[in-house]
Amino acid sequence: MPRLGADRRHEVRFTLNGRPVEGEAEPRMLLTDFLRHVLGRTGTHVGCEHGVCGACTVQIDGAPARACLTLAVQVEGAEIRTVEGLAPAPDRLSVLQESFRAHHGLQCGFCTPGILMSLDELLSRRPDASEDDIRHQLSGHLCRCTGYAPIMKAALDAARRLRGEGETAADA
Amino acid sequence: MELAGQTWVGQSVPRVEDAALLTGRGRFIDDLATRPGTLEAAILRSPHGHAEIRAIDVEKARAARGVVAVLTGRDVQALTSSMVVGVKAPLECWPIATDRVRYVGEPVAIVVATNRYLAEDAMDLIEVEYGALPAVIDPLAALEADAPVIHPSLGRNLASDRSFRYGEPEAAFAAAPHRVEIAVRYPRNSCTPIECYGVVAEYDPGEDSYDVLANFQGPFSIHAVISRALKVPGNRLRLRTPPDSGGSFGVKQGVFPYIVLMAVAARVAGAPVKWIEDRLENLAGAVSATNRATRLAAAVERDGRITALDWDQVEDCGAHLRAPEPATLYRMHGNMTGAYAVRNVLIRNRVVLTNKTPTGLNRGFGGPQVYFALERLVQRIALELGLDPLDVIRANLVPTAAFPYKTATGAILDSGDYLGSMEAALLEGGHAELLRRRDAARAEGRLYGIGYTAVVEPSVSNMGYITAVLQPAERKKAGPKNGAQATATVAVDPVGSVTVHVASVPQGQGHRTVLGQVVADVLGLRPSDIRVATDMDTVKDAWSIASGNYASRFAPAVAGAAHLAATRLRDRIARVAAGQLNVRPEDIVFRGGRIGSASNPENAVPFTRVAAATHWAPGTLPEGLEHAIRETVFWTPPELAAPTEADEVNSSLCHGFIFDYCGVEVDRVTGEVRIDRYVTMHDCGRILHPGMVAGQVTGGFAHALGAALYEEYSYGADGSFQSGTFADYLVPTVMEVPEPILLHRETRSPVTPLGAKGVGEGNCMSTPVCIANAVADAMGLADVTLPLVPAVLASHLHPAETAPKGRPAATAPALSGARQLFGEGTAEVAAPAQTVWDMLLDPQTLQTVIPGAHGVEKVSDTHFKADVTLGVGPVKGRYRAEIHLADLVPPRSVTLSGETSGALGFGSGRGFITLTETEGRTILGYRYEAAIGGKVASVGGRLLDGAARFVIGQFFASLARHAGGQAGESRPGVFARVRRLFGGAP
Amino acid sequence: MKPPPFDYLRADTLDEALDALAAAGPDARVLAGGQSLLPMLNMRLVRPTILVDVMRIGALRTVEARGGALEVGAAVRQVELERRADLDQTQPLLAAALRWVGHAQTRNRGTVCGSIAHADPSAELPLALVALGGEIRLRSRRKRRVVAAETFFAGSMATERRDDEMIESVTFPLRKPGTGYAFREIGRRHGDFAIVACAALVDATSARLAIGGVADRPVARALPLPGPDLDEALDGFAWSLEARDDIHATARYRRDLVRRLGRQVIEEAARCRG
Repeated sequence: MPRLGADRRHEVRFTLNGRPVEGEAEPRMLLTDFLRHVLGRTGTHVGCEHGVCGACTVQIDGAPARACLTLAVQVEGAEIRTVEGLAPAPDRLSVLQESFRAHHGLQCGFCTPGILMSLDELLSRRPDASEDDIRHQLSGHLCRCTGYAPIMKAALDAARRLRGEGETAADA
Repeated sequence: MELAGQTWVGQSVPRVEDAALLTGRGRFIDDLATRPGTLEAAILRSPHGHAEIRAIDVEKARAARGVVAVLTGRDVQALTSSMVVGVKAPLECWPIATDRVRYVGEPVAIVVATNRYLAEDAMDLIEVEYGALPAVIDPLAALEADAPVIHPSLGRNLASDRSFRYGEPEAAFAAAPHRVEIAVRYPRNSCTPIECYGVVAEYDPGEDSYDVLANFQGPFSIHAVISRALKVPGNRLRLRTPPDSGGSFGVKQGVFPYIVLMAVAARVAGAPVKWIEDRLENLAGAVSATNRATRLAAAVERDGRITALDWDQVEDCGAHLRAPEPATLYRMHGNMTGAYAVRNVLIRNRVVLTNKTPTGLNRGFGGPQVYFALERLVQRIALELGLDPLDVIRANLVPTAAFPYKTATGAILDSGDYLGSMEAALLEGGHAELLRRRDAARAEGRLYGIGYTAVVEPSVSNMGYITAVLQPAERKKAGPKNGAQATATVAVDPVGSVTVHVASVPQGQGHRTVLGQVVADVLGLRPSDIRVATDMDTVKDAWSIASGNYASRFAPAVAGAAHLAATRLRDRIARVAAGQLNVRPEDIVFRGGRIGSASNPENAVPFTRVAAATHWAPGTLPEGLEHAIRETVFWTPPELAAPTEADEVNSSLCHGFIFDYCGVEVDRVTGEVRIDRYVTMHDCGRILHPGMVAGQVTGGFAHALGAALYEEYSYGADGSFQSGTFADYLVPTVMEVPEPILLHRETRSPVTPLGAKGVGEGNCMSTPVCIANAVADAMGLADVTLPLVPAVLASHLHPAETAPKGRPAATAPALSGARQLFGEGTAEVAAPAQTVWDMLLDPQTLQTVIPGAHGVEKVSDTHFKADVTLGVGPVKGRYRAEIHLADLVPPRSVTLSGETSGALGFGSGRGFITLTETEGRTILGYRYEAAIGGKVASVGGRLLDGAARFVIGQFFASLARHAGGQAGESRPGVFARVRRLFGGAP
Repeated sequence: MKPPPFDYLRADTLDEALDALAAAGPDARVLAGGQSLLPMLNMRLVRPTILVDVMRIGALRTVEARGGALEVGAAVRQVELERRADLDQTQPLLAAALRWVGHAQTRNRGTVCGSIAHADPSAELPLALVALGGEIRLRSRRKRRVVAAETFFAGSMATERRDDEMIESVTFPLRKPGTGYAFREIGRRHGDFAIVACAALVDATSARLAIGGVADRPVARALPLPGPDLDEALDGFAWSLEARDDIHATARYRRDLVRRLGRQVIEEAARCRG
């Protein structure tokens, strides 16, 4: 039962995108700040720090969650997955990422990492996810650029492709 | 490789921006490395809408862990001058409060520490003594003679008042058979990009220069405002922007006061300072759009033709007139007749200041405010004259043969086919079916309505339009201002690859992709051969005051400038190639990565080889050609002249056309609005990238839907800010935003290099009023207010309720200014009235019964001071309280008034207490009214009523227990007994 | 928007957690999923001296159906209940209410008991617990006690829990044969706090309606079955809740929704009696 003192930094270790990482954090440090400024993984973005916008969404032990509503010390020993872990290789995009590109599912790209982490989990857990399921999953994210329509198209197309039902077709 | 004649422009190519953004490799401001030793800032902000600052004690903060510097307004004033104000009036504009605060969220002090956590810790230690002043929130109330004056130097709240007259409006009104008039309000909202502001600033004392990185978006006219405020020449303010910016929609123009603040903070701290705005700061203190009160009258012929308009606009710019305001009011000046051919116009424009956040650029910028009035009026004309709204629109649209059409107020509508676009939209969008759906719904007793809007979307602002706020004589004195300089540079490097730079500062619009397409077409290359940089550096890049990303200027102006620069470079390279290929330059074509002879396709060389020639062998260049390395174009359209003496203003270069209609249904029980179908027809000239144009339309539509149904900056009458979180300021999610049906017509602009017009803002202008018109039609309402809140709509649907006996009558809907709390209750105490009375006046007893009181000090018989910890659940805060007793009628009644203030907010209130004794027992009755402001009001307003009731209930329960001798251990279960004692709860 | 400093204790056993609470006094907070606590920490509305993380206490991770009720431990996340295969059958009201709790991303972390302990007057789970007549099992180092949901909620974010106590589990009575259940919520946006949320239970002889989002805590009342007396009873119920105005809705709107949606939800529950 470790009790971690408020004004000191403590070692935090977990698995990030399949690799062990460690760093030091005061108990109050948010996971967003730990990922971004201690570990240097800046792909996870900060949009509201009160759990509404969804930009900071990461997968914690496989489940999409708000990194801004999580303390770094809470994820000791957990498996964390962030947007940096989605692409199969540095020069290749995942099916979902590719679909976002094909359908212009992003503009400024600030909310996008969180959205990808939510959809990635939904589509792997529920390959048969319906449009309504996707909409519900997306409802935990705010996007100010796209008006959501291109995101829905990208998500639906990615779902189809992941089920092996045809190719990505960019909208004409 | 493309076929001959095929162009990249017009295709939805994948965006070059996306790979990095999709994999977490974006480079937003908070992602970039800073110099070792960079400090972080936090800003203490005003909890008051209006108050004088009596004292600020920063000593504890200065001594706190990790703190390097603490700055107040005085420190900032010592190193800067007031930011320039755009009207001729005795007004100053500081980026931080000096002697008084004028809106909730106004900076009061800056803490610079080794990290943000420590800076916020120290911020909590700053003690500010405020003297609350009456606030004014409503723009019309701000004009009244007895309104609180926000800027004493101005002496009133009216910062500008100008009247304009075009044609013969009085005669037209006299001659018209009908006069139709409306009075409307447009609410305050903001586009709230998901990335907030960020600034990293550094000061070099050796050169007296500032180096600033900020996610600023332009216009770079603001650079001059910043350098003047920092008291350095422009070349000593190096302003850079990061490669990526997380959305702006105009809002990031408003980062500039923080550039001043952080530059000064870095100077004082002696180290680079970084500040990343958080969401609470953003909602309370970043720029919002203006709210506006408008009266608009039309002179109307029997067929619905409008012969004259009479505008009276009162623009609310908030607490300070920050550059470029009052531009929101003048951006549309040439377009005050919208899409209609109206020759006679009267305009009165007033700019007022209120205790709200200062305003600035926001998508739509003046358009939503103008069209909400104009298009509501058009619907009203149809209603009052018994005409089909479509016929009123048809009767007034600028005729297709009339282009280019000069409007009464001076805009030149460059091109369009308004009637044709409208008829096509009705046909292609399924208008006939929508009418059938409406009729079927209405036959079932459902509330279904259809709304229409016709809108001209101006783009590429004339930098001179804002001078229309000045009298012609004042303009003359100041010298002409006009134009819209766009800059672009195209260069080849020693291996012949092509780089493009533009001063456009995109925030997600895909400029790099489109510029690749544009330049690739000119040079016969693939977009992937072109590398585009859009981050800005004012020391090294070509730029001018109009640079930046606003006024929908990218496609018509910036992309056009890049096209021109590429063309000039191509012509230079063609001369080099002509020499190498031994043909005339006119015979040269650029195609498929090669440069060759048009007449002899075999005679060709790779582009890269020719393009590299100037670097490697300048001696071989044709005579008279200095180089073929780099071309920078500064392009400004000649059409954008300065306002004339008659106040005619060509406020924007080009004008797209939008025709929207929608069908909505209003739920009879809940008042919720459901959009059945939304059709939006755009003519934005030549479409450079269909996917991006669609994205601009759907994105703008979502902003507009938010403005129509959800979003509002809500202020209490005391100036308290009530929508301080994303749980209170309601940005629509995917569940709320339907997909509109997008239609297009393409009338190329004759005045832009590529024939393109802006498209980014149109739906923010057309959609709010289109939805409002539909809801008004569905419910048969003459007046509707945005946002269309279900509670308000439902109040029109449900019959008035009857309060049960003994309850106060229901109050009218009061969504704004609702942070006044009221309550009442009774408690029965097992003691005579005199005992209870004595207790109320005794500090010892008060200390026992006031929840969380640490010390009650009796200043006089009727004045007490207390230090209390108040809390509800986990939300606890320490407050200083002052309590006054008045109207003492011992032992029967007393009025308690009090004020509290603390880190979480402040409150003031009055309680009326009556004591009634029966048989040795006393019925203690109380009534209270309270106002609560500050942080708790901004972020927790939803819970305040319950919290106040709980705390006040605790006090009386405790008093009753104390008097009744039922004292027991103090524990949180007290409320259960409160309820038992009061017997009032259900 | 960064939390103030606090100590952090990762408790491995319930005793460790209870000892820490007993020692720390009123300024300790239990940290479970953190989905209500963290926003308040980030806004510095809360300044605990210590957070006691109970999520690694194995004994608190159980969901058990016994004695006609579903007992949910303090470390059970909302998503675990939501995905329980038979919840639609065993307690349809709870299943329906869960879908309205925040968003999937917060339900993945947030706990059932945490939402009960937070006692937001608009929250769905406290409403469901009150509607169903559930219980809260509190535990301190000194003793255990069980509090009925209807008396547990004391006001806006205020409960009967003492400083040294934590919720060990809550129990939701399971579906009873012959009883119909229905839930409905009106918010400004999907996932927002309820303006009005209604939960109804109807059996052969009576109806019970619980309302969230109107009073300073969820409130349940027995009402007549659909029929001539229902409207008047609903009107009385609506007025008794002392609805208030806020920026999202007026008091009158809330009362109107209690009257109108309340009836609809009772009727729906009556139809669902199976």
